[in-house]
Amino acid sequence: MEIVYVYTKKRSDFGRPCNFSERAAEVAVDIAPDPGAAAAFVPRNPVDAHVQHASDMSEHEVNTERVEVETRGVNHTEGGWPKDINPHELEQTIRFRKKVEKDENYINTITHLGTLMEHCIKQNNAINIYEDYFGEEEMAEVEDEPPSAKTINVMRDPNITKRTATHLSWHPDGCKKLAVAYSSLEFQQNVKDMSFDSYIWDLENSNKPELVLKPSSPLVSLEYNPKDSHILAGGCYNGQIAYWDTRKGRLPVEVSTVEFSHRDPVYGAIWLQSKTGTECFSASTDGQVLWWDIRKLSEPTETLVLDISRKGLLENALGAISLEFEPTMPTKFMVGTEQGIIITCNRKAKTPPEKIAGTYSGHHGPVYALSRNPFYPKFFLTVGDWTARIWSEESKESSIMWTKYHLSYLTDGCWSTVRPAVFFTTKMDGTLDIWDFLFKQNDPSLSLKICDEPLFSLRLQDNGCVVGCGSKLGTVTLLEISSGLCTLQKNEKTLATAMFERETKREKILEARHREMRLKERARAEGRDEEPREEAEEESSAELLQRVRSDFLEAIEAELRRRAQAEAKRLRAKDSEEHSREEEEEEEEESKLPEFEGEEEEEEEEEEEEEGDATKEP
Amino acid sequence: MAEVEETLKRIHAHKGVVGTIVVNAEGIPIRTTLDNSTTVQYAGLLHQLTMKARSTVRDIDPQNDLTFLRIRSKKHEIMVAPDKEYLLIVIQNPCE
Repeated sequence: MEIVYVYTKKRSDFGRPCNFSERAAEVAVDIAPDPGAAAAFVPRNPVDAHVQHASDMSEHEVNTERVEVETRGVNHTEGGWPKDINPHELEQTIRFRKKVEKDENYINTITHLGTLMEHCIKQNNAINIYEDYFGEEEMAEVEDEPPSAKTINVMRDPNITKRTATHLSWHPDGCKKLAVAYSSLEFQQNVKDMSFDSYIWDLENSNKPELVLKPSSPLVSLEYNPKDSHILAGGCYNGQIAYWDTRKGRLPVEVSTVEFSHRDPVYGAIWLQSKTGTECFSASTDGQVLWWDIRKLSEPTETLVLDISRKGLLENALGAISLEFEPTMPTKFMVGTEQGIIITCNRKAKTPPEKIAGTYSGHHGPVYALSRNPFYPKFFLTVGDWTARIWSEESKESSIMWTKYHLSYLTDGCWSTVRPAVFFTTKMDGTLDIWDFLFKQNDPSLSLKICDEPLFSLRLQDNGCVVGCGSKLGTVTLLEISSGLCTLQKNEKTLATAMFERETKREKILEARHREMRLKERARAEGRDEEPREEAEEESSAELLQRVRSDFLEAIEAELRRRAQAEAKRLRAKDSEEHSREEEEEEEEESKLPEFEGEEEEEEEEEEEEEGDATKEP
Repeated sequence: MAEVEETLKRIHAHKGVVGTIVVNAEGIPIRTTLDNSTTVQYAGLLHQLTMKARSTVRDIDPQNDLTFLRIRSKKHEIMVAPDKEYLLIVIQNPCE
């Protein structure tokens, strides 16, 4: 329908001033709605239409077609033969060759080239010009360089509510990836929106985790399977054990059933050395140690209750907070408890109570870390309360060496994988200490403040140069330590062995002395009843004891003095002289000390025998 | 003719020498101590490489020219003595 409105104006009226007047509205056209047409439409309520005055843009992705690369071999066939010669005809080719050989130019050239070639051949036979000349020589001693460490990477928890990085585990081959378990260890402080995820970080990209692991409950501990680098086992906050396969995605492949799991967070989970590579065991503060086969996580294969009275009662059990397992000693393992006691266990014992082989009264508080020296498995390091202690398996009553009492709690520790006398500890004030026990025992060789919040976990890479520490706010810092602390020094192994042996011996002597004293006390208490009869003998034995005791104390004092002198000498020597000379001195000292101790021991043995006789008499 | 024989024999008799090949400008092996297929392969590949090396040297300095080419690999060393018309190739196991 065409609507037209015609407006006419005379030509003579153009240009005239406008004379506006008011006029009522007139309906020009009135188009009534057609109900029939309404049937073709559907009412739409609400109607939204966006209006924007902007140019329309569209996005398009283009990817070039992938170049298909194929490797092919080339078959060389002879070419270049002159036209008249057929390369397949042996006669013709031979004839051609003979002709060339007769050419004078050929003879001259070959003679000339021959001499040139011979020169090079002889050269090759005489000397290997690509020989590695200084490869076998040891690296120049960098002893003068003070130990240092530099941060190479920092990985932060991407979530808003930060959680503590409670456990770190390096990838078994190459250590290019780090698995970190995140959870909040504060008692009942779980915020509603706290994420349960734990991450696997790739060292190349510290901004975004490479893989996210989604457990049903936050992970407290996480370990890579040393045999299969795709499998990880994790212990959850609610006591369950779960295992992941990195090829299969972020959800656990299998989770243990709640009824048979632990009742408290699983603080330690370690893989065992087995043919199938699927066995692991876990420990928790509920007092149990459970063994699992990840193929069947519905129930544990074995359980052990950490009851040191050997009755297997869960009520008496001590809560485990750290676990230690050394693949070279597959039947033994150690558990550090919340009560400060370290329990060594034998897996292959006949009855469950016998599994607990021995205990060491360790610390005043929970034993947060427990690890054996990779070079000398008889000695192990424990970290708890305000000290770190080194123990020998033989001396059960006390540790053989310990650090001083610090101002803040120690949270984690581990041995260096490269140097036998170096270990690392982390503290609640955010510092990482590196101790070199051969060099200095009073203070750490290097103490670094990593962050302001407490550090909770520590893990050293297998090469011994890179260490990762996790803090309370989920920040994982990777540090590279200077080569002085991660290269094996010349006589270090022997010196470390000597030091450990010396300390063990000292402890044994002290233990023996304590035992004797206790025996004396008991004997004296019994002997008092039969006093009149044995007075005479007692006196002589008492005098003997006095003499023995004073001799012994003198000997100890002399030893201590001598050791202090040796230390002072060592430190002085280190400042001024060359390392090699100073080492020689050390060796002399070392050789002197054991001799003296040997003498001492002999004296002791004689005196002990005398004492033994004295006690037998009454 | 006898000199050539003698020279090549002498070269081949040196310690560690695995093979000797003489190739002409067209890539045709004239003299060889290795089997045919290997010879053809060496001849073809090294000929091209020598050409390339020579042109490289001359590109850098037109007055210069390639006198000798040595390729040291894990298993042995290939030595190429080039000339205008011929190429002498020797494969040696350097004794270490």
